[in-house]
Parts: sequence; structure tokens; C-alpha cells
Amino acid sequence: MAFGRKKNTAEISQTDGGENAIANKEVEGLSQRQIVLRRFVRHRAAMISLFVLISVIVFVFTASEFHIGPIGWNGWWHYTTTDTPNLINCKNGAVGCPTLTITPGKGFGFGAHPFGQDDIGHDYFALVMRGAQRSLLVTFIIGIVAGTLGTVVGALAGFYRGTVDNVLMRFVDFLITIPSIIIGSVIGYHFGNLGATFLALYLGLFTWTGLSRLVRGEFLTLRERDFVDAARVAGASNRRIIFKHILPNAVGVIIVSVTLLMSAAILLETALSYLGFGVVEPDVSLGLLISKYQDSFTTRPWLFWYPGLFIITIALTINFIGDGLRDAFDPRQRRRITKKDRERATAIKKERKSL
Amino acid sequence: MSEVILSIRGLAKNYELGGAFSRGSDVVHAVEDINLEIQEGETLGIVGESGCGKSTLGRMIVRLETPTRGEILFEGHDLAKEPKKALRALRKRFQMIFQDPYAALNPRRQIGQIVEEPLRVHGVAKDERTRIAKDLLKRVGLDEGAYEKYPHEFSGGQRQRVVIARALALNPRLVVADEPVSALDVSIQAQVLNLFKDLQKEFGLTYVFIAHDLGVVRHVSDRIAVMYLGKIVELANADDLYENPAHPYSQALLSANPRMGAEDKRERIILKGDIPNPINRPEGCSFNPRCPKVQDICRTTSPELLTIGARQVACHFPN
Repeated sequence: MAFGRKKNTAEISQTDGGENAIANKEVEGLSQRQIVLRRFVRHRAAMISLFVLISVIVFVFTASEFHIGPIGWNGWWHYTTTDTPNLINCKNGAVGCPTLTITPGKGFGFGAHPFGQDDIGHDYFALVMRGAQRSLLVTFIIGIVAGTLGTVVGALAGFYRGTVDNVLMRFVDFLITIPSIIIGSVIGYHFGNLGATFLALYLGLFTWTGLSRLVRGEFLTLRERDFVDAARVAGASNRRIIFKHILPNAVGVIIVSVTLLMSAAILLETALSYLGFGVVEPDVSLGLLISKYQDSFTTRPWLFWYPGLFIITIALTINFIGDGLRDAFDPRQRRRITKKDRERATAIKKERKSL
Repeated sequence: MSEVILSIRGLAKNYELGGAFSRGSDVVHAVEDINLEIQEGETLGIVGESGCGKSTLGRMIVRLETPTRGEILFEGHDLAKEPKKALRALRKRFQMIFQDPYAALNPRRQIGQIVEEPLRVHGVAKDERTRIAKDLLKRVGLDEGAYEKYPHEFSGGQRQRVVIARALALNPRLVVADEPVSALDVSIQAQVLNLFKDLQKEFGLTYVFIAHDLGVVRHVSDRIAVMYLGKIVELANADDLYENPAHPYSQALLSANPRMGAEDKRERIILKGDIPNPINRPEGCSFNPRCPKVQDICRTTSPELLTIGARQVACHFPN
């Protein structure tokens, strides 16, 4: 780091104002990956979001039991989604209110039912954990399926152009004209009972269109670059050109839009479950919990708060991470000149004048 | 007379304009009816204004563009009609050097991988590839450490050296260089041009050297072809052309080239108007709207490229 600092001051003295110094430093002696990583780490909202999202994922997946194929574990939380302990009465006459206490200075305590209980005594914490697991799972599956499909279709259209491009893009146009919520409800109506994983797979089949357009555009520009021509003159096959030359240079765009697609996916899943076309009982998802207890909003609002809190947290953090990645990959994006930079630049100017 | 390595006959490239919904009949004649023979070991310079088709000609020679008509005969094959698979095997015999060294190197790959790529494509074993690549990097004047670095760690001149090393990796006979120094600083240009000459001697290369900088072309070329609007208007030995250009366009072009010394009393010929639109070429000689020596015949009949002494000129009234 000391080395970087030294270099920086040298450049500020060269460029007087120091305005270009930061941009220069980012160009010099760093590989693309390092530049992107450094910019991402500097993006405060994205870093906080990444930390929060990882914490939420770890918390949610360890709390309640989780099984996928042969792998699985029982969570550390002592109630499951099907246990029905006795309803606890609270002070103000209501039943099953949350016992989570956060007192400044004293820390916080879980109590018997941190998120309260529902009508018949189910532990709401267990339900919310299970719901958040489902929602996260759906989000990631949609991300993977739509990401793969969008990349492949966009790459083919952009690389081969002509007829291939026309056929694929007209198909995309067709899909885009149908609102995804309607596609989702039709799919949910027919396949909802198959469970969250299959629902996610089907949704993934319809949400890749925006990504495919972006990837197509990226391929159209990159295929005209000289290094692609150079590979062609060398005798490289199309496959080699796509995988070794074009795709690695398009990866930034793909990562960013898949992230943003995922934050849209969690909202889509929630909306569908709320409408009753997404995850259905006996399975649990956050949207389903909200829909099930919407009547109790005035009397027992915590049945509404906690799933909502998790939805907002997950969607928001993924969105911020996507923003951070986009800023990091965008070469035109420059860090704002801070007060400190300006002070340093003027100090150096003075020093030079006095010499 | 040495052996003819590449012979081009009646080569033309048209681009049709118009999208999916227009019945476009507009055709851009980028290159028209080019006949050329390139001798083994020589450097053929191609000069001309922007848009005269010189880059398209270069790209057709290495088959980055498929010609509309004509033949490109190279080692007994017609490159213009060679099927894709056979062409890929042939590609190791001719290579290309690009104009912009910043765009010609994949930013995601190491220099070593970049130089080795042609070898890899043609199935050379790993050890052998590394040996050849390191050796080439040394030949073009980069140190061994370059092998593991990325393109962004190098300056324009150094990058162009990498581009040259890559072009030479397969030990080609013919190298098409498309404005290889125009993106570089003048001081670096000289270094890179000298490198071109040294490598030519060392590997016995034949160059097709495309440029718009007349000083650069004279420095490296044995023969020079002057192109105007997709056609060759004059083809002559470098010195003959510079001392005594025969075509009015060559004269105008060369008079625009600044010379050292106060004794230069040449008159500058300033051409009027712009280069005509290659969609609607003028009738007769394509240079007639701008030519200072224009006569009636120029407006009706297009002049053939005729041999006059040691040179070829396409003009009704050559100097």
C-alpha cells in the first residue's frame, strides 16, 4: 500500500490538479481483475450489502432444517415449522406476540418465540427461516437458469448475426411482450404443486430475455475488435473465439445483469406466492406467509413485519451488490475526488512552487 | 527476378447497403478490379487516402473479407475460393499485423498466451510453444519477463512488438501489415520500422505494407502501389515513384508530403473537392472531377492500368 501511495503523489505532481491521478493509478500496473476488485471493495454500499447478505444466508440456512438430496442438516433452532407449542399470552391481551428483545446496552434476547406465533401456535421464527430459505433458493436457481439461457442465446445472436440473430431476437421480442407476472401465474397455476425448485426452473425459462439482449449487444461490439480478427487470421475456430476471446471480455456485463435479475426474481417469487401461484402449502415462502396473514395486519402486525423485513433485506442487498459490480466494471466510472485528494494535490503544488 | 509469391487477378469487393426491409440496390464498390503480383522477399507498399480501399484489399489477402470477384493465388491455392477448413490449415503461411496495438491484443490474456495462440491453434506442443514464444519476444526486443504480463502493462510501441511476435509465431512467408505504425509516436515508429526490416532479413519475409504516411512507406517499400477509389492508379518502384510520379493523383499526393530543406521549389498541387462517393462513381476515369489535367476522354473512358517502362499507370495522359 505504501508503494501505491508513493506512486500516486508522483502522478499528482505531474498532472497538477490531481484530477487524472486517480484514474491513472487505476490504469497503471493493475490487471483488469484487480481494478474491478479494488473498485468494488471501495463501493461502501456494496460491501456492506455483501456482508449483510452473506450473514443472512448463513443465518437462515443454519437456523432451520435444510435438505437437498442427500445433504442436509437440522437447524439450531429448537422448533420446526410443524411444531405447535401452546400459545403464549402477552401483556396487552393479544396472543403469540414476538419475544425478541433488543435493549440498548444489554444486547438482545431471543425468548421462546422471537418472531411470535401464528393462529394455532406454530413458531413464526421457524416459518420465516424456512420461507427465507425457499425464497433464496428460488432466487439463485432463477439466476443460474436465466443467466445461462440469456448468455447462450445472446452470444449466438451476437456472434452469428444474420438469420440466427433475427430468429432469436424476434422470439425474445415475443417473450418480452408478455408480462412475466402473467407467465408466472400461468406456470404457477399448472406447476405450483411441484415445489419451489421446479417453479424456479420454469420461471428461469422466461426471465432471461433482457440479459440475452445485453449479451448480444456486447458480442456485436466485441466481434469487430482487432484481437478477434487476429485470432481468426491465426486460424482459430469459432468456438475458440467465443470462449477464449469474446466471453471473458463480456463477463462483466453478464455478472452485473444476472445480479440485478436475481433481485427482480425474489420479488417475482414473492408476488406470485402472494397471489397464490407460487410456492403453495404445506411448503413455506415469504410471499406465502404475507398472503396468509394479511388479515391480521391490524391486530398482529409482526406476522407481516418479519417476512417483509427479510424480503426487503435480501432484495435490497442483492440490488446494491449489483450496483457496486456495475460501477466496478464500468471503465468510465471514476471515483469521486475527495477532499483529502484535493488537499494532497494542493500541498504538492505548494511544495513544488517553493522549490 | 525472384519467384512470385502472391498473384491477385481481377479482385473486387462490393458491399450491398440496405437493411432487412429495404430493397437496397446501393452497392459500395470498395475495391475494383485489382491486378497485382508480389515477389518473394519484397515489400509492396500500398498508399492512398482514407476510404480508398487499401485496408479492404489487405483484409481480403488474409481472407478476413471474402472477395466478391477475382482470384488470390498463393502457393497454388486460390484463397478467394478456398473452403474454410482448408483455409485454416493454410493460414499459417500468411499473417496480419494490425493498426491499433491497443485493440489488437485481448486484454484478458497474458502476452505469452497471445503469442502462443497461433501455435496452439495449429497443434504445436506446449513446451515447443513456450520456447518459440519466448524466443520471438526476445527477437522483437522485449525481455523475458513480458511472457507472464498482461497487455495493459505495456506501452503502444511494446504492444505493437507483441503483435509482430504473434504474427511471426507460425513462421509465415507473407505478412500483411495494415498501417502498423500509424498509431505510434514518431520516435517509436522508427524503431518499429527498423524492426520490420531486420525481421524481413532474418526470416525472409514478404510484406504487404499498407499506410497513408508517405515517408514511412518510402522508408520500407521496394515497390509502391497508389490506390484511388478502389483502384490502383500507379504501381512503380519506390524511388521512381517519389522522384517522378506519372499519375496526376500520385503527383498531388506526393506534393503534399513535406520535405526537408529550403531548396524545395516544387509546386504544391492542391486537389479540389472531395473523394467521390464510392456508390456513385464518376463516369470514365474516377479521378476526373479532381484532376488538373482533365480532358474530354477522361469523362467517358476509364483508363486501363498500362505498363510504361518499369511502371504501370492508369491514366490517359501520364507524365
